[in-house]
Amino acid sequence: MRVPAATAVLLALLLTSLPLAQSPAPIGVVSAAGRRVLSTVIVNDQEYVALDDVAAFVPLTIREDRQGGVSVIVRGKSIVAPRDRALVSVDGRVVALPAPLTRMGGRWLAPVDFLPRALALVADSRIEYRRGSRLLVIGTVRVPRVTTRVEPAGTGTRVTVEVAPPTGVMTITDADRVVVRLDADAIDFAPVTGTSPAITQVRGDAPATVTIGLAPSAGDVRASTSNTDTTARVVIDITAPAQAPESSAAPPPAAAPPVLTPSKGGVQTVVLDPGHGGDDSGVRGAGGTLEKQVTLEVARRLKTVLEARMGVRVVLTRDDDRLVAPDERTATANNAKGDLFVSLHMSSSPAPATTGATVYFMRLDREGEETRREAGAQALSLPVLGGGTRVIETIRWDLAQARHVDDSGRLANLLAAALEGHVPTMPQPVQSAPLRVLAGLNMPAVLFEMGYLTNPGQEKSATGDEGRTVLVQAIYDAVNRFALAAPAGRQP
Amino acid sequence: MKRTLLFGLAGFTALALLAWGVNVGLQYLARTESPDAPVAAAPPPAPTAHITATLFYGAREGLLLQPVRVEVPLAEGAVAQGRQIVRALLQPPPAPYVSVIPAGTTLKAFYVTSNGDAFVDLSSDITAKHPGGTHAELLTVYAIVNTITTNLQGVQRVQLLVDGHEADSVAGHVDVRRPLERDLALVRQEPPSSPAVQ
Repeated sequence: MRVPAATAVLLALLLTSLPLAQSPAPIGVVSAAGRRVLSTVIVNDQEYVALDDVAAFVPLTIREDRQGGVSVIVRGKSIVAPRDRALVSVDGRVVALPAPLTRMGGRWLAPVDFLPRALALVADSRIEYRRGSRLLVIGTVRVPRVTTRVEPAGTGTRVTVEVAPPTGVMTITDADRVVVRLDADAIDFAPVTGTSPAITQVRGDAPATVTIGLAPSAGDVRASTSNTDTTARVVIDITAPAQAPESSAAPPPAAAPPVLTPSKGGVQTVVLDPGHGGDDSGVRGAGGTLEKQVTLEVARRLKTVLEARMGVRVVLTRDDDRLVAPDERTATANNAKGDLFVSLHMSSSPAPATTGATVYFMRLDREGEETRREAGAQALSLPVLGGGTRVIETIRWDLAQARHVDDSGRLANLLAAALEGHVPTMPQPVQSAPLRVLAGLNMPAVLFEMGYLTNPGQEKSATGDEGRTVLVQAIYDAVNRFALAAPAGRQP
Repeated sequence: MKRTLLFGLAGFTALALLAWGVNVGLQYLARTESPDAPVAAAPPPAPTAHITATLFYGAREGLLLQPVRVEVPLAEGAVAQGRQIVRALLQPPPAPYVSVIPAGTTLKAFYVTSNGDAFVDLSSDITAKHPGGTHAELLTVYAIVNTITTNLQGVQRVQLLVDGHEADSVAGHVDVRRPLERDLALVRQEPPSSPAVQ
């Protein structure tokens, strides 16, 4: 009977005398060598790091003294930690710590604050601890602070991402998420304020990305970027989801059909023209990529996005690797009664450094201008079966684009605006030129040179998933805006 | 007898000289009048007779056209002078300019119609060796169009031909089915550079 009692007393003594150790999530360490982790341990509610683990990032030597204290030597300078004292002497200066350095399991442990308060004073490079994001920043790496707010804006939702100090920002909008990619080594991601039904999550991802998840019912997304001296700001506006025609208090159906943004306006059919094909490979990239492959792959992806998100019919002038004559492309578009036409191409330059996208629309020569003027004047009014009349404008078949140059210019400007901040553009992103494939099109039409395949960076972007997504998103934005402004019920 | 022999010898010599002169003259005429004569086979121009023409080359970074004043052999008449100017344009450009016309492209014919349209017939190298891309093709086309319309008074438009035929385009983008007018949108807006070629 006395033996169990003695055991219980002994166990109680052990529990009170031995510190309790827990292992929280490790600290991220960002340095010029890359991103690594530093394990920590909680002892008596204090978070510690092992000094021999720290030595992997900052060269240091540990020396125990006879009084039970320890010295940490960095670049010949000493940090002296007396036994059981919550302070250290750093090269002669006394620095307070939240807890003393302690020896445990054969290793010396120091409170995490030891790193910025003591070690930073003797190290040869910057040491900064971002407590909120649990990041230890060593050296001259770029780790901006990122704060994110989610708030209502009218009937929709606005997400504001602020980056300080400012860095380069690229925004990619996908079907179910918006990704804000920062030109940084890591991000100090602050907790998000606010919520919205349109947003499923906002998270900071390594190395320097903010991902905003979109609810299936989220409406259209529009992102814009602005910079000040101290902050880069990305504003993402998400329109309210489309309302059912008869709203009622009844709960929404469990399995809602896919949401098609009812924004096609006067645009029912979009014609996409992947440039080149077959024996005509177009531009050959620095790494061997062929223009005809890029244009077809972007067109296929764009077709999927336009059909899914706008509910429009999308016709491709070629859907395989074959040579298609310009007049055949024109005929496909005109016969499909397209409401707009986008020809996709990549550029070349003798200077590999040349980059940038350009949007072209048709420039009329003297003949074209005359044709345009005469098109309206020569309109015929013919009686139709059942009464009434129908006005038929006559125009030369090979100059049909003459009627649409103003709308084509507007489409070109919308596309250039959609590219801004997402895709590098030429100094003059919109240009007009006498372009063969556009001349006979009886619809607003542009030729989009998506970038320079002779530039290794743009070649990589044009062949990568992310780069193509950005291009597709920009074209979708432009088509969507054009459609919203186009009058419904196009007259053929 | 001896005298008759001398007269006969002199007459034969005169006839031989006349035949030689006619032959040389015909060869000369055939060489200069043939529009299909390759540029490389043309006789070297007189060393002293030159004019200063403005040729449009690619600027260093290859994004714009740069007007450059260049010495070009003098020729009789607008058509012959136009031929010389186009031949000069097809030569490799002086540093630091870059070529916007594929190397190896040759002039096959050049003529001007009564309404002021110049026809430039180029070898198919201009299409076969073109690197592609709308911008590069615009530079190629308007280097030729601007050069001709800038230097030949009375020429307002230029029709490009390839191997003697009308073409849709040079590299699939720019419509060259009809004569094109001068376009300075792609020209660097600076004064022409100093003479670079002697």
